[in-house]
Amino acid sequence: MPPIGNLNYSGEHHFLMQERTAICARGLTKRFGGFEAVGAIDFDVAEGEAFGFLGPNGAGKTTTMRMIQCASPRSGGDLRVFGLDPATSPREIKALLGIVPQENNLDTDLTGRENLVSYARYFDIPKARAEDRVEDLLGFMQVREKADVVIESLSGGMRRRLILARALVNDPRILILDEPTTGLDPQARHQIWDRLRTLQAEGRTIVLTSHYMEEAERLCDRLVIMDGGRILARGAPADLVRSRIGRYVIETEQTDAVRACLDRHGIGYEEGGESLHVPVDDPAPVSKTLLDECGAIRLSTRPATLEDVFLSFTGRRLRE
Amino acid sequence: MSGENLGRRAWIVWRRNLDVFLKTWRVNLLMPAIEPVLYLLAFGLGVGAYISDIDGVPYIRFIAPALVAISVMNASFFECTYGSYVRMYYQKTFDAIVATPVSIDEVIAGEILWGATRSLISASLMLLVLVLFGVVALPSSLLLIPFAFAAGLLFASIGMCFTSIIPNIEAINYPSFLFITPMLLFSGTFFPLDVLPGVLQTFVLAVLPLAHVVNVCRALTLMSGWELMVLGLAWIAVVTPPVFAIALRLMRRRLVV
Ligand SMILES: Nc1ncnc2c1ncn2[C@@H]1O[C@H](COP(=O)(O)OP(=O)(O)O)[C@@H](O)[C@H]1O
Ligand SMILES: [Mg+2]
Repeated sequence: MPPIGNLNYSGEHHFLMQERTAICARGLTKRFGGFEAVGAIDFDVAEGEAFGFLGPNGAGKTTTMRMIQCASPRSGGDLRVFGLDPATSPREIKALLGIVPQENNLDTDLTGRENLVSYARYFDIPKARAEDRVEDLLGFMQVREKADVVIESLSGGMRRRLILARALVNDPRILILDEPTTGLDPQARHQIWDRLRTLQAEGRTIVLTSHYMEEAERLCDRLVIMDGGRILARGAPADLVRSRIGRYVIETEQTDAVRACLDRHGIGYEEGGESLHVPVDDPAPVSKTLLDECGAIRLSTRPATLEDVFLSFTGRRLRE
Repeated sequence: MSGENLGRRAWIVWRRNLDVFLKTWRVNLLMPAIEPVLYLLAFGLGVGAYISDIDGVPYIRFIAPALVAISVMNASFFECTYGSYVRMYYQKTFDAIVATPVSIDEVIAGEILWGATRSLISASLMLLVLVLFGVVALPSSLLLIPFAFAAGLLFASIGMCFTSIIPNIEAINYPSFLFITPMLLFSGTFFPLDVLPGVLQTFVLAVLPLAHVVNVCRALTLMSGWELMVLGLAWIAVVTPPVFAIALRLMRRRLVV
């Protein structure tokens, strides 16, 4: 890592590159014409952690990933990957990254194995070493038996596994996964999660985007919730749930009488899809109030989840 | 970015296209070999029966080098329009490659090198047929092979410029009908340039690359017309580098967003 004096850093944010910082963004901004897709976001990804970008469609997740992977130049702010600037050291950065893009882009003119072998050439990996590595990766991702068939005949899960295998040919220090399991069945999804945990245990840094709460909750040490190009919340999933919602959510009837009663008692609530959501730490007194004083009949109490946090920050408006 | 590096990594991209080409080499090699046979039969025997000779050259010998020139043009131009557009837009091959240490400039340079290689392959197969028909001079005609690569760089770069600006794949029809087809007919291919009005001749020699490629090919297969060959080589040498640079620049503008 270069000394700080070599960073040639300009701007009003002054920060120190810490030894263990994999990715550091300050005021990171992306504009497409007049439209601001990512608006001055700050985040730090520590080496070895699994870091998530959680957000609805159009939040700016892909745009952020593309800036990190040197595919898209930033419009403003500062960005460093292991202390290197994507604007001036794209080759060095890309050599350290493994990319799983949102859209599958396996080479359909080649088989799975040929995809991996030809990909290794772009990283200047010598042929013999590449072939060994490809064999290992086909095994690791459990795609070996389908490695020699045309890509068109592969299932979505198989393609995703091949792309992840491809992202690993250069033994990357950071894996960037843009919606790694969107559209996959539960079996395929669990298998990918399992592999990602193994990769993290090997010391790799994992950066992923998702709009699956379960995925973020299971995989991410820390995450940010993004919407409209901004970061709305950040933290460890459990801490976010605890601080924003509490321990439990009571779901009850969506009637005006119940709303008025909750307002009267100064108890906060959110409009759920088919019920009112009342976040609480201790469900007993609020349940009693609801039953005895608000005339609520249907009540159910469940642990608070990341989804509650997500919806409370991003609202229920439908996205593109 | 050093030139040596741009070159080396571009050849890795080129290699990917070669690998795919070789997977179906039988079809890929058969097509360009059949085409000249058909042309030679139709034009040489059919049309040629009504034309005794042009400037003392039998008609079939007159059009033979033009057939090579046309195949050089078609191979690289269509490789870097249809072929590159499909890889760029539908297959997302370029996106996948630029996620590695390879840059977008190197991807485009590799595609253009591959387009030129397609020209070289086509010209070689065509030359083989023409030699079998005994309508080209030897050994000078062997120089058509390296020349096909050089001329292919030009047509590939031109094709890549169009690829960088077209909104969809159907739009390739515009350069194809408005540029390639007229050029194919009016570049001294099937009739000599000097039957055209003087001002049109000047226009053709000023702006139509195929006219110069035909002149070079014809000099090599007929062993005459050396001044035109020198003019042609100079024209190609001057025009290719800027067109190549423009192709890279336009592609960067399209893909780096
Ligand atoms: N190349 C582009 N040109 C213009 N707008 C874009 C481009 N790419 C993305 N956007 C816009 O930027 C916003 C964020 O997009 P994206 O990063 O893909 O969101 P996400 O991945 O979170 O769904 C969206 O409104 C999208 O339409
Ligand atoms: Mg996205």
